[in-house]
Amino acid sequence: MWRFVLRRLLQMVPVVLGTTFLIYVLVFALPGDPIRVLGGDKPMPPSVYEALRHHYHLDEPLVVQYGRYLLGLFRGDFGETLNGQSVSSLMASSWTVTAQLALTAWIFELGMGIALGVWAGLRKGGIVDSLVLSGTTFVIAVPQFVLGYSAQLVFGLKLGLFPTVGTDDGWPYSYLLPGMILGSLSLAYIARLTRTSLVENMRADYVRTALAKGLPRRRIVVRHTLRNSLIPVVTYLGIDLGNLLAGAIIIEGIFNLPGIGQQVFLAIQVKDGPTVVGISTFLVLIYLAANLVVDIVYGALDPRIRYE
Amino acid sequence: MSEKKSRWLISLTAVALAASACGGGGSGGGGTDKSFSYAVTEPEHLTPGNTNDGQGLNVDDALFDRLMTLDPTGKPLPQEAESLTSTDQKVWTVKIKPGLTFHNGEPVTAQSYADAWNQAAYGPNGWGNNAYFATIDGYDDLNPSDEKAKPKTDKLRGLKVIDDHTLQITLTKPFSQLPLVLSFVGTAPLPKAALSDLKGFEQKPIGNGPFMLDGSWEHNRQIKLKKFTGYKGPRPAHADGLTFKIYAGRDAAYTDLQAGKVDYDDQIPAAKVPQAKRLLGDRFVSEPSGTMDFLEFPLYDKAYANPDLRKAVSMAIDRQSIVNSVYNGAFKPVGSLLAPIVPGYREGACAEACTYNPQAAKQLFDKAGGFNGTLHLMFSNADATYEQWMTDIANQLKQNLGIKDIVFDKVQVSDYLTKLSDHKATGPYRSNWTMDYPSAEDYLTPRCTPPIRSGYDGVACLDLIKKANAAGDPQQAQQLYQQAEDVVLKDLPLTPLWNWRDQIGFSKRIGDVKIDPYTTAHLRLETVTVK
Repeated sequence: MWRFVLRRLLQMVPVVLGTTFLIYVLVFALPGDPIRVLGGDKPMPPSVYEALRHHYHLDEPLVVQYGRYLLGLFRGDFGETLNGQSVSSLMASSWTVTAQLALTAWIFELGMGIALGVWAGLRKGGIVDSLVLSGTTFVIAVPQFVLGYSAQLVFGLKLGLFPTVGTDDGWPYSYLLPGMILGSLSLAYIARLTRTSLVENMRADYVRTALAKGLPRRRIVVRHTLRNSLIPVVTYLGIDLGNLLAGAIIIEGIFNLPGIGQQVFLAIQVKDGPTVVGISTFLVLIYLAANLVVDIVYGALDPRIRYE
Repeated sequence: MSEKKSRWLISLTAVALAASACGGGGSGGGGTDKSFSYAVTEPEHLTPGNTNDGQGLNVDDALFDRLMTLDPTGKPLPQEAESLTSTDQKVWTVKIKPGLTFHNGEPVTAQSYADAWNQAAYGPNGWGNNAYFATIDGYDDLNPSDEKAKPKTDKLRGLKVIDDHTLQITLTKPFSQLPLVLSFVGTAPLPKAALSDLKGFEQKPIGNGPFMLDGSWEHNRQIKLKKFTGYKGPRPAHADGLTFKIYAGRDAAYTDLQAGKVDYDDQIPAAKVPQAKRLLGDRFVSEPSGTMDFLEFPLYDKAYANPDLRKAVSMAIDRQSIVNSVYNGAFKPVGSLLAPIVPGYREGACAEACTYNPQAAKQLFDKAGGFNGTLHLMFSNADATYEQWMTDIANQLKQNLGIKDIVFDKVQVSDYLTKLSDHKATGPYRSNWTMDYPSAEDYLTPRCTPPIRSGYDGVACLDLIKKANAAGDPQQAQQLYQQAEDVVLKDLPLTPLWNWRDQIGFSKRIGDVKIDPYTTAHLRLETVTVK
């Protein structure tokens, strides 16, 4: 097991190096000149233009720029945004916001999704089942920004139950409404996945055997069927945590949460290389870690899975 | 600047918002909190000499006083200066009021101004407002024409500190508009503390204005200011504090205004204007601003070299109908290169060339030889409304001029200005100007001073501008500027479209709201009182 983890961790090194390089090259290849954008419609004297290009090392070849960036990374320096802010502190503040939002959404979809799925699965064909199926279809069909604006209008503005925008009220209050909207789509998938998986497993031979042996139904569901049914769900949840952290540009925009989704969006628009690369590198690391955790959880759920 | 200013996140106008009660009550809750909040997006900089984005300037307007300010008619008026005089418009003498201090108690002296301007004018610093100091003698030594060379000096020769309260400014050429330039926030002074730690200063600027920083710049969240109790200048603050709340986009800010969580929002989206009028009543104000949109022609492209063709295109555009459909009638069509709030603006300066007349346009178009091939319209993807109004223009050109093939060239923000500066425009494109100071000079100089993006030969017009700059009599200067404007409008390298208006809403908590397009923040921040 530990050897497996170690090997996976070592594999991450070339992946991270490769992705940072790719992202760096892609940002470099984006059309346009970030320094001209800084000047906007106003005239920028050549001396200022040159000084800024030099300051951000844009006057050097790509390979030198990338080497410089990597060297900085080893020293824990993520560079400077085009406004002269430190990328590290920008990432620290925006990652905090995104992590809180993603966790809220994740806990919500995990708890509610599995609960609804189990409830519907055990009462297949019943009223609850139909309600869950139609409800989740609705959530999947409606675009998230519609849900977001509507919830903001009704629960935030009209009823005043939640803050409308911003993070002033801190976690969890400020993040509840956006978190639930953000998690709603995955909640629908998880509920359906759990339900289907459970229904399937309830028809399996081992359930019949267990029933014949006289085990109580409750114990069969909790100890055996549910554990087996959760394998696809866990895979989904693991990948989804990565997705949620990858930034919810739309939800962050509607609720004015200064998370990484917004930062990346703004940075790409003005071709702010250090910001884009810094945040994306972190994202890659998160995806890799989430995948590793998913693989480890498999073993806990199903003893037949071995790590080699 | 506007390309950056309008970096709004997403413009999803999805839900038809029903009428909703505007919840009163401010952020503080208790009755003792006499501070108010102002919605902005994340500023780029806060050091005045480096700040040229609208949002940063709003914040700096509260933090910094300048030598001059503008009265409600746009005329320059002393702020920290006691007097500003010149006999030849070339050598200017400033007397600074005694007893003024920065937020840290340091006295404001002639040296504070000289230090600030030297920093901004020093090329290798790469500061945003560098170009404003190009009129001062010695600027070239700080910005050598060989960009790789190190400047010989880091002090402007034209600045002479005579004593603590007297500064002599020598310009390279006579420039009558200097008092207006000195009202610009970018010319504010810097305390000694700034010079030793510019990086720290940017996060926690020490100014000389009616408000001072309370804590430091909380990026993407807020910038909290409190009243400067030691303020001796002409505009003491009435409120106890002012918080600039940072939003990612105008929709979020407007939602917070409805919820009563922010007190002042001057960027209500045009699409929300009818609703805002209904909800806010007389707490909604539509105020003219200095920002203009133009359609500029690439004169280096043979297809657009004929002025008659440009005129025909200009006359085929129904500006009012576009403003109505895209901006809910909130912007104002103009026939001048100047914004209506600028002294010297003439409503019909452009005359028939900017007036919608499809028949005459078609005649002129045919006379000019028509247009062969595909017409490209170019704009950036900074804001969704650009494509909307370009679509209207395309339809009108098809309908009124019979141009069959029109395509869009929608360019990434980061690439847009590069393409224009490099003369790579594929067809008429969106051009924009934001006012720095209310002078015709500010609007006309960039149209006529090479390098000009459109490839226009501005010699005749630049001559008139130079004459106007040297004129001692404001009346005479204005006439010369108007002649320069006429020259450009006759050649029509760009045609004016409309003037932006700020759509402003404010909460019930605040009173004495004096909206004034000539102040940087468009609101006299110091007069606002909190109920």
